[in-house]
Amino acid sequence: MLARRYGDFDLAEDAVQEALLSAATHWPVDGVPDNPRGWLIQTASRKLLDIVRGEQARRRREILAASLSAPIAGESGSNDDTLTVLFMCCHPSLTPASAIALTLRALGGLTTAEIAKAFLVPEATMGQRISRAKQRIISSGVPFQRPDFHEWPQRLRSVLHILYLIFNEGYASSGGQDVHRVELSAEAIRLVRLVRRLLPDGEKDGVKDDAEVAGLLALMLLTDARRPARTGPGGELIPLSEQDRSRWDRPRIAEGLAILDGAIAKGTIGEYQLQAAIAALHDRAARVEDTDWPQILALYSLLERMTGNPIVSLNRAVASAMVHGPEMGLKELEELDAKLPGHHRLAAVRAHLYEMAGLKNEAIEHYLIAAARTASTPEKHYLTTRAARLKAGRRGATRRDRPAG
Amino acid sequence: MTKYLLTIDYNGGDVDVPMDEWDPEEITAHMDYYRALNRELTESGELVEVNALTGPELARFVVSDGATAPVVTDGPFAEFKELLAGYELVDVESEERAIEIAARLSAVPGPGGTPLRQPIGVRRVMSP
Repeated sequence: MLARRYGDFDLAEDAVQEALLSAATHWPVDGVPDNPRGWLIQTASRKLLDIVRGEQARRRREILAASLSAPIAGESGSNDDTLTVLFMCCHPSLTPASAIALTLRALGGLTTAEIAKAFLVPEATMGQRISRAKQRIISSGVPFQRPDFHEWPQRLRSVLHILYLIFNEGYASSGGQDVHRVELSAEAIRLVRLVRRLLPDGEKDGVKDDAEVAGLLALMLLTDARRPARTGPGGELIPLSEQDRSRWDRPRIAEGLAILDGAIAKGTIGEYQLQAAIAALHDRAARVEDTDWPQILALYSLLERMTGNPIVSLNRAVASAMVHGPEMGLKELEELDAKLPGHHRLAAVRAHLYEMAGLKNEAIEHYLIAAARTASTPEKHYLTTRAARLKAGRRGATRRDRPAG
Repeated sequence: MTKYLLTIDYNGGDVDVPMDEWDPEEITAHMDYYRALNRELTESGELVEVNALTGPELARFVVSDGATAPVVTDGPFAEFKELLAGYELVDVESEERAIEIAARLSAVPGPGGTPLRQPIGVRRVMSP
């Protein structure tokens, strides 16, 4: 279950990783702000209590029961069918890879060839994957109808998870050059908008605009908005602190913020809304030094309590370092060694915090551990370069400057 | 057109210095060189696939008789320099052209801008 969840938070860790990349050069000299402030904290805290008490879950079930009095077998035409197809394509019995392929084929605007190209596999391979997925659905005997209200929350969650994965696939490999991967992000956004539009009307608006669907859309928009600034001309990673914020897509950010505000006001805080709120805090900062780290820390704390996901804890440690200092962050990392053994991101975060704390040797050691373990070429380049930079600094000069012999 | 697999291992060529000891600019120049070459090969239609592989830390070797549990070996490996580090699959007119491309890969710059002269394997791919 945890392994499946890791995928959920790639975006969050990515966003925080970007922020952390700036830590060494942008750690505030004057000290840190004291009191977290703002409506977001108060709203979110209240909502968390509700969740812990199970109020929201109960309320959701009541609303759903009122609006879905019986399972629908696709009576009123294409909109109902589309939503039903989406639920089928994201059935929990399918592997994520199958569900992704099937969803993109059945509902996405992409051909098999385009999907294959986006996932860097031959067209025949992708064709097979899609056929096998269809067969699996048929032979599983799942009826062509929307889930009844008992299953609805879990099935909707499956759909959102698959759309999240599609977006992440497109975003994580955004090298600026590969248009096909960028299209994946666009497809994911289009499909979430579609889900949001097609959700059945409820007596109240609690079901029509499910807050987590809106939260996911907001998260995607707020994250995608930064893409133009994220990679350099050579495909290298540009950390959040060094990004040219004038390249961020402001209309996307504005839309994401508006959707998020609306979602939170609905009263059912969930994981995607929290992630979106964190992304919103980054996007709202005109300059990196304006980033509201205390609020981000509070949100990660909520997310951690909600999910128990160690990657979230990792991100929380980063935020903690930004608010309380690197030593505090490093201390929090110690608890993660058992939960994330050998994980390259743990080593990378550790390295950054050591660097923030001025412990160059330890930082270099952990940058190299992370570089050896990452499977991402731009990340490996980035981590190796960071280690090299520290080593050069330690030498006091570049190698070329040193006298010969 | 014939396919060749061009292989790179962990023999560093003329340079023994690990990359983290290079200057950051030298690392960037190294990566830029590969990127430029691959862009050229993509435009010429000769590049089929290029991949760097994760390092010895994550490598495993598996032996199995198909019935009992497989024997899985991980590092450190004695012959780690021979481990595959990456490959380029190219589709070219002739072996001479494959060798020409391999030479370009071999000459990637290292510290001081000096060409690494790393050994590149050139293996013709058999037709199915």
